[in-house]
Parts: sequence; structure tokens; C-alpha cells
Amino acid sequence: MVDIQSGDTVARESPSSEADLLTEPATKNGTSAVHHRGGGSEVIGLRQVCRRFGESAAVEDLSLSIAAGEFFSLLGPSGCGKTTTLRLIAGFERPQAGRILLQGRDLTEAPPHRRPVNLVFQNYALFPHLSVWDNVAFGPRSQRLAEPEIRRRVGETLEVVRMSDLARRRPHQLSGGQQQRVALARALVNAPAALLLDEPLAALDPDLRRTMRSELKRIQREVGITFLLVTHDREEALSLSDRLAVLHQGRLEQVGSPRQLYDHPRSAVVASFLGAANLLPEGPGGRLRLLRPERLRLSANPPAAGERGLKARVRELAFQGATVEVRLCGADDLPLIAIDTHAALADDLSIGAELWCRWDPADTHLLEVPAP
Amino acid sequence: MPRSPRAEADRRRRWWPWLLLAPGLIWLIGLYVLPLLGLVPLSLSEPVSRFGLETVFRGRVGNYAEVLQAYGPILVRSFGFALIATALGLVLAYPLAFAIRFHGGRWKSLLVGLVVLPSLTSYLVRAIAFTSLLGDSGPVLNLVASLGLTGWLDGLGVLRDGRLLNTPTAVILGLTNNLLPFLVLPLVVAMERIDPRLLEVADDLHAGPLRSFTQVVWPLSLPGLGAGILLSLIPAAGDVVNPKFLGGPNDRMIANAIETLLLVQLQAPRAAALTLVLMALITLAVLLQLRGRGVDDLPLP
Repeated sequence: MVDIQSGDTVARESPSSEADLLTEPATKNGTSAVHHRGGGSEVIGLRQVCRRFGESAAVEDLSLSIAAGEFFSLLGPSGCGKTTTLRLIAGFERPQAGRILLQGRDLTEAPPHRRPVNLVFQNYALFPHLSVWDNVAFGPRSQRLAEPEIRRRVGETLEVVRMSDLARRRPHQLSGGQQQRVALARALVNAPAALLLDEPLAALDPDLRRTMRSELKRIQREVGITFLLVTHDREEALSLSDRLAVLHQGRLEQVGSPRQLYDHPRSAVVASFLGAANLLPEGPGGRLRLLRPERLRLSANPPAAGERGLKARVRELAFQGATVEVRLCGADDLPLIAIDTHAALADDLSIGAELWCRWDPADTHLLEVPAP
Repeated sequence: MPRSPRAEADRRRRWWPWLLLAPGLIWLIGLYVLPLLGLVPLSLSEPVSRFGLETVFRGRVGNYAEVLQAYGPILVRSFGFALIATALGLVLAYPLAFAIRFHGGRWKSLLVGLVVLPSLTSYLVRAIAFTSLLGDSGPVLNLVASLGLTGWLDGLGVLRDGRLLNTPTAVILGLTNNLLPFLVLPLVVAMERIDPRLLEVADDLHAGPLRSFTQVVWPLSLPGLGAGILLSLIPAAGDVVNPKFLGGPNDRMIANAIETLLLVQLQAPRAAALTLVLMALITLAVLLQLRGRGVDDLPLP
């Protein structure tokens, strides 16, 4: 057994862990995951949607509700069904079961060109034979808008994504970031009820990705359209989203605000997908207690009153500039990780050193779902 | 001073691409460019007598004027036949290529193989086979007759007195049969280059199937179309076999005329002049196709 020492004589139950659980449990039928933010009307609704490819289920019993004006992210590792979910909403896949509602209308069987949503494809898929202007004008022309209206819309949208100067260029004359802006404009110009983005930043290099991330947020604020972003990048999801959903093996693990999911995950899957996590065994029944590494303090002294702690040996040190990541090994090979500012750590910290890991029990969170 | 290994490597790198090019270059120069250039003085010569192939160089530019005057109509007919056969071929090839590319699935390779399969038999054999297919009691005319179309097709000039053999139609059908793979393959290759996601994008951007086709598939398949037309026009315009076996005396094409000039009339200089005129016209067609595009865009199979 792992011996977690308590500085207190009476182990104090943390007030934050269960009492103010803001997350909604995603129950089996998934209906309780349906949730509106601020009472906004539902733009995208999935009701018990299933999509199987042969034997394997890509999406299983998925229910979601996304409100008007929301920036919503679907987060999960590759193969978790998030891209399939997006393609189901866009109309490129049909579910075997369940309904898809867009602006309250059941459009489960409608082809993509009859849906009020537009998709920004991974790697952009711009039309290589058309100029930037004509790429963006493609949608409005398909909808047979009047030519002055098309000109006005395309001009305005290029303005929003700051590509007006390059309107005559062909896609191959553009950088990755510029292509990304054109792909966004091409979808936005149709004034969709929701914009679906499939890993839009994955193909960009890290610096550009950061720039485009804030650009995405700016554009979404400016146009006020619902954005549904699919990503495997947790930083992206956490920094951009109003709410996000974690998908795992085709199932919805949890929906909530970034802070809710980071601080109060339901399961170990969500906990570790949103960031580095220490999962401490808690009593019988295989339940786990989450302790984020930045809440864990390393010290030569045992825990003070009101604190808890355990002894561990340093296994790995990774200097990361502003912070240092310390990997430790507690009793029973319990892996631990601490992230601390460089300044807060002792200078003589070295691999093999034995020290105390200390934390405030209020900073921990007991996971609802027991370890598998 | 010993050469540095690096300089040695550089030197080797400079000549080895030429080594790879050499067999092809020698072949082309020795068996194509030089004989073709040899035709230039021949085309300006005169036969020594009417009974032999010996010629003497006279700088006789008049040969060109004479052959253009005498064989102009046959030249026009040759390119006319080739154009009609290519157009007919495209009507068959474009939907075929489209179906192979976008709906072929796992049968794609097999279907491409089937398109090429007829080319594995000699085109001479195929032309002879066509004589029985298109013959008076052949299956094609029988079908036409049983559908009651004989009179109608006669009126259109497709059939002549209810017959198919020895008509321009038969020559064009033979040519179309020969050039089909040359149209289908570049089109499949060009369409293969179309990212299927572009069709999804078009669908997503509210374009129906027709608009998807006209705005995305068609423009992006144009390089393949250009290459296919070129690859089928050139051999079709210079074809010998189909007019000979399937056409009547009035359906001769330019290559038959050259053959007759050289081997029957023993007019080697005029045959050379006519050959060079044909070459010039074909070169012009190629240059027109390559203008602006360059070879990079040509999806050759």
C-alpha cells in the first residue's frame, strides 16, 4: 500500500473535490450531457449517434448539444472518433443510429450541400485552379447569390481574415498560414450556422500555430458564429474553447468548461488527457485522486499541518526554461510528476535524491470513475 | 597533386546522368533525327528516271507546292478523320475515365488493364478483325438492320447504300478503336491527381453534383484532356492500316498517299516533301499544346 502521510491528525476531506462538482456526469444514454451555455439556442444537436465501420465503432451513442455563438472543441487522441463526428455533422458520413439536428431541424439524411454548416478541412484542400478570390466566392456562387452581394461578402470575409491584398494569388503561391486563412474565409463567407474545423492548426509550425490560434479566437469573436473545433492538442482546446468534450474510443467521456475538465475530471482518461496528472490510489475500490503536478511541492521537510505528503526518489529532471519537470518514484513504484518554477527548486536537486512530495488536500480531486 | 575525392565525386556526378540518357539519345538521333534531316535534301531533289528510286539534288522547292496542291485535300481529310475519331473517342473515354477514377474502387487497376488489353493484339490484326465486324453480314450491320435504323443512318451519310465497309465511317470507327487507350490513360492519370477532398469541399460549399463537376473535375482534368487529344490525334492522322483495310479508294489518308508516292509512283522527293509537311503540322500541334503549360502539367501515362 502506498503510505500517504497526513500532517493532520484527522484526514480532512477536501471541500473542493466532490462538493462543488460542476461537471455533469455523462451517463450511459448520454442525454444528461445535453447542456446549454447561457440559455443560447441549440445550433448543433447530436442524439445517441452511432457510426460503425465494419466491426469497429467510430462513434458510439454520442449525444452533444452546442449552443449559438459557442466555441466548442472535441478533444481526443487520434482514432477516438472526433473527425468522424465532424464528418457526421457536415454530412459526409451517415449514422447507423441516432439523429443529427442543425438549427433545430433534423438533417440526419441531408447531403452536405444542403446543410447550414461549413467545414474547414485539414490541410485546407483549396481549389488549386482558382484564385483566392474565386476560392472564397465558390460557396456564394453555388448558392446563386447576386453578383454584387457575392462581391460584398467575399470582400468583407477576406478583410476579416486579412487576406484582401492577396486575393488574386493562387493557393500554391501562399504560405501555410495564408492558405489556412483562405480556407477559413471560404467557409465563413457562407455565413454558416456553425463552422466545423478539422485539426485546422495541425499542419502549421509551432510559432505560426500560436499566431493562428489567437487569430481563430479573434475571428470567432468578430463573426459570432458557432465554432466546432476538432483537435488532439489539449493546449489548443483549453485556450480556445468556451466548452469542450473529451472523446475516448468513440464515446463521450466528459463535457464542460476547460477549467471544469482540468480541475474536476470524471475519469483518469480525461484527467491525463488534459494535462500531466498524478493519480493517487485512494482506499479500496480502485478509486483515484487527482493531483496536478503544479500543485505538488518538493521539499526536504515532511508535510506541515493541514498538508499531506509522501517520500519519493527523483528519477528524471527536465529543465524547460520557465519550469522544471521532475519525475519521481514513490513507494510501490508509484510514478509522480512535479512541475515547479526553476526558482522554487533546490539547486542541489539531482537524480536519486530522496525528498518529500507535499500538497494541500484541497488541491486534489477524487475521480468519480474508478481505475479500469 | 592527387585529386580530392570530393572533386572526383563531383566530376562523376556531372557525367552519369548523360550515361543514363545516352541509349535513348543515340536511338532517337540515329533512327529518328538523322533520317528525318536526310529527308530535307531528298525533298528538294528530282528522280533520275521514272523507273527507279535514284534521285539527284536540284534544290527543287517546287516539290512542296506541288504536293500541297495535289494532296492538300487528303491532308485535310486525314486531320478531319483524326479529329472526328478523337472527338468520338472522347465521348467514350471521358465518362469511362471518370468512372474508373471515382467509382472504380478496388477494380481500378483491372479496369485500366481492360482498357489497354486490346492494344496487346497487333493493330493490323484488329483492323482485319474489324472488316468482318463491319462487313455486310457482320454483327454491326445486323444490329442496325434489326433496329430499323439502316435508312436513317443512310440518310445521315453514316452508311453508304446500307453498307459500312469501305466508308469513312468504318475508317473513323477503326481509328477510334485504336486511340481509345491513349485517351483514357492520360485522363485517368489527370483525374487521379484530383484530391477527392476537393469534391467534398465543393459539396460542403453548397455545390450540387453538376456544379462540382463543371467547376472542379472538368478544369482539373484539362491537362489530361490535352495530353490525350495529342496522343490520339498524332497517330490517328498518320494512320496507314485503317484506311487501307476499312476505307474505300476515296477514304485514303495522308500516310497511304506517301506510301503510294514512294512505292508505286517512285516519286521519293515528293514523298519526302509530303512527309515533312505532315511532320511540320504535327510539330505545330504539339507546340500549341505545350505552349504555356510546359511538360510538367502533362499527365502522360
